[in-house]
Amino acid sequence: MSQRQVLQGVMSLLRPLLLDVVPTIQQTAALALGRLANYNDDLAEAVVKGDILPQLVYSLAEQNRFYKKAAAFVLRAVGKHSPQLAQAIVDCGALDTLVICLEDFDPGVKEAAAWALGYIARHNSELSQAVVDAGAVPLLVLCILEPEIALKRIAASALSDISKHSPELAQTVVDAGAIAHLAQMILNPDAKLKRQVLSALSQIAKHSVDLAEMVVEAEIFPVVLTCLKDSDEYVKKNAATLIREIAKHTPELSQLIVNAGGIAAVIDCIGNCKGNVRLPGIMMLGYVAAHSENLAMAVIISKGVPQLSICLSEEQEDHIKAAAAWALGQIGRHTPEHARAIAVINVLPVLLSLYMETESSEDLQVKAKKALKNILQKCTYLPALEPLLHDAPPNILKYVIGQFSKVLPHDSKARRLFVTSGGLKKVQEIKAEPGSLLQEYINTINNCYPEEIVRYYSPGYSEALLERVENYQPVL
Amino acid sequence: MVTACTRAGGGGAGSMAAWAGVRTGVPELLQECFHSSRFVGQYRKTEHAAAVKIQSWFRGCRVRAYIRYLNKMMIVIQKWWRGYQGRKHFRKMLKTAYFIMKMNFYNEMAVRIQKRWRGYYIRKYIHNYYKLKKYLEAVSLNNEIVRKELEQFAETKEKEKEKKDLERKEKKKDHQARKMHYLLSTEQIPGVFNSPFRPSPDPMELRLQKAKPLSHRHQQIKENLTKETSDFPTCTSSWTFPMVQPLPPIARQKPQGPFRDTAEVLLQRYKPLEPTLRAATSINSLEKAREEMKREEWRNRIHDNEFLPFSSCQKNQKYDPLIQSSSKYGQITYGTKHFREEHHEKWVANKDFETVLPPIELFDRCGKTYSRAGQIV
Repeated sequence: MSQRQVLQGVMSLLRPLLLDVVPTIQQTAALALGRLANYNDDLAEAVVKGDILPQLVYSLAEQNRFYKKAAAFVLRAVGKHSPQLAQAIVDCGALDTLVICLEDFDPGVKEAAAWALGYIARHNSELSQAVVDAGAVPLLVLCILEPEIALKRIAASALSDISKHSPELAQTVVDAGAIAHLAQMILNPDAKLKRQVLSALSQIAKHSVDLAEMVVEAEIFPVVLTCLKDSDEYVKKNAATLIREIAKHTPELSQLIVNAGGIAAVIDCIGNCKGNVRLPGIMMLGYVAAHSENLAMAVIISKGVPQLSICLSEEQEDHIKAAAAWALGQIGRHTPEHARAIAVINVLPVLLSLYMETESSEDLQVKAKKALKNILQKCTYLPALEPLLHDAPPNILKYVIGQFSKVLPHDSKARRLFVTSGGLKKVQEIKAEPGSLLQEYINTINNCYPEEIVRYYSPGYSEALLERVENYQPVL
Repeated sequence: MVTACTRAGGGGAGSMAAWAGVRTGVPELLQECFHSSRFVGQYRKTEHAAAVKIQSWFRGCRVRAYIRYLNKMMIVIQKWWRGYQGRKHFRKMLKTAYFIMKMNFYNEMAVRIQKRWRGYYIRKYIHNYYKLKKYLEAVSLNNEIVRKELEQFAETKEKEKEKKDLERKEKKKDHQARKMHYLLSTEQIPGVFNSPFRPSPDPMELRLQKAKPLSHRHQQIKENLTKETSDFPTCTSSWTFPMVQPLPPIARQKPQGPFRDTAEVLLQRYKPLEPTLRAATSINSLEKAREEMKREEWRNRIHDNEFLPFSSCQKNQKYDPLIQSSSKYGQITYGTKHFREEHHEKWVANKDFETVLPPIELFDRCGKTYSRAGQIV
């Protein structure tokens, strides 16, 4: 507490220095305030409570560029901590002055102003709307065209923060002509710029089909696929996020991505990365496969399924595993061919173990169960279903038995295999309520076999036989 | 009685005779009549009854016959009518049966056609297995191509990065060698990098041999080029634009003869100009400086009319009074009558300052010292 008091005392000492005659002292005082506010949100609140902001805003309009940079730095440092502080900055009329700073000649001033606007707009959609109403968006688009790379980065990040809240804000950004310029900058060699540009495009594309189509019309494919091979992890992540946001809207957009070879690129990208960076790529595969069975088949032939199963087994985080399980479920739920492709690589026992484990989060359990259910309802590949017979809980078991009951009546070789592998024995051991679906399936299976075999494998048969031996009177 | 009447009636020719006969037999007749009527009266009831019976039976027969006849006719009509209805119904049934048969036939044929059409349509447009197979093959081919291209792209990027790193290291080492050029070994003293105990000199030694010492001017130029556009409050590293390097010369055949090294010659030929101060100043710098001065004075002047000597200034011009002093409320005396406050009690002598100075004869003769003898009128 005393440290805070000391620091607040510093604040009250710095305040009169802002009004000093010598310009260098003003600039240095502003810089000091900015650095203090940057460090801690209590100090930022102290800056707001100390009525320093109106003075800063007033002199921001008049002073030279160094002071402008320092003052914009203070505004940014205060605005970044919480929505209330950002609202305080908006209330003291700083937005108009910051927008005026965006028109300044010096690129450093523009950068500081754009950074402050971006941090303010980041918190929620009302603040974003306030920034847009101050007329910042066309100036930010002009800033993107400037030659300085740092300014481009900050302007792209500010546009991304503005457009992420709602479709109307994204439409405002698009109407200012941002998409074409952002799309050109994907080819820039600077990695941090690419991060921001890809993030901005994905925030625009995520809201609606029209916006996603406009982003696609800017001819980002196949250039975006080269970003998936970048050496920077976050560029890869943001590129995968952009492709995911485009793919999730309609089957046509997913088709476009598949035709451009996007699936192969994303699968390779998933293979190269580890951890959270993989998540958007996994979700993208799930969305593409969810639209139609042809697209799911395209994912399968691009060798997506082995990669997803590797993700499922390798990753430690539950949410990534949940995403991989969901994606596998979307791929496998369409036709028996799809389910077979998934069952062949032995991922069903993994899904079952994830569902059964008590340590898995609830989200993971729900997704694993749904995926398992969807795949099992279409799976006719019996060798993969057999291990599930032995381990599964009753609610999963009824699907497994259901599938057996559909396949066995028609396939004699499968029947033989079922007996020799011990499946029939296991089926007899299952206790089911009479009249339930499970019992019907069991009856269907039992009807496929001659009575003797069924009786042989029913539990307690050896005891029954021995009893018969005991009661037998030998004929002498 | 009847026979009597007929007998009577028959005797037409002898009518008169007959009539006489009848007239004679009248009382017998009357008795006969009485007996017969009594006779008749006795049997009237039974005869009546019998007649009634007979008649009723006969009427009954007649009616029955009539009814039978009617029945027969009715039967005929109804038979005919029912036959007609039945045939009509049958024809209808036949028609419907025929219609149903036809419709079944059409249905079956339509089913055949539709079966073929649906199979064709679905197999061609909705779920074209072969096209799907081709498409999936094309997708996998495309994937392969994309994967290969991306691999190549990644490889080229890696190579570029490595090359850049290598070049940067080389440049750094060269720069270091240039800074430490004095560590070069001499005839007498071997340098740090050329220890006599080593089998061969360190590569740094070779660099030192090639290095040219740094001059101060190059250092200054380097400082001007670092522009700080990144945010200066929180940035920790400065970031510069890459310098454009000149292209290497095209490799030619070395010319024959003991010529000097082309690089040296070029250096000498294209040595930058370092003129002396005298050569650097332009030939008309004096005029330019004068012009500059004149311009500065012109800039700072309030008006361009030059001050003329007092004697000639009032010859041609009328005096323009101030607007302030020539107001409609009368000319104020300040500026004409008096220019300053006057305190008569402080005067030393009785006279005020002289406001108009007497002309100085020497100056009046300016420009008029020589006679006008030589001037052309």
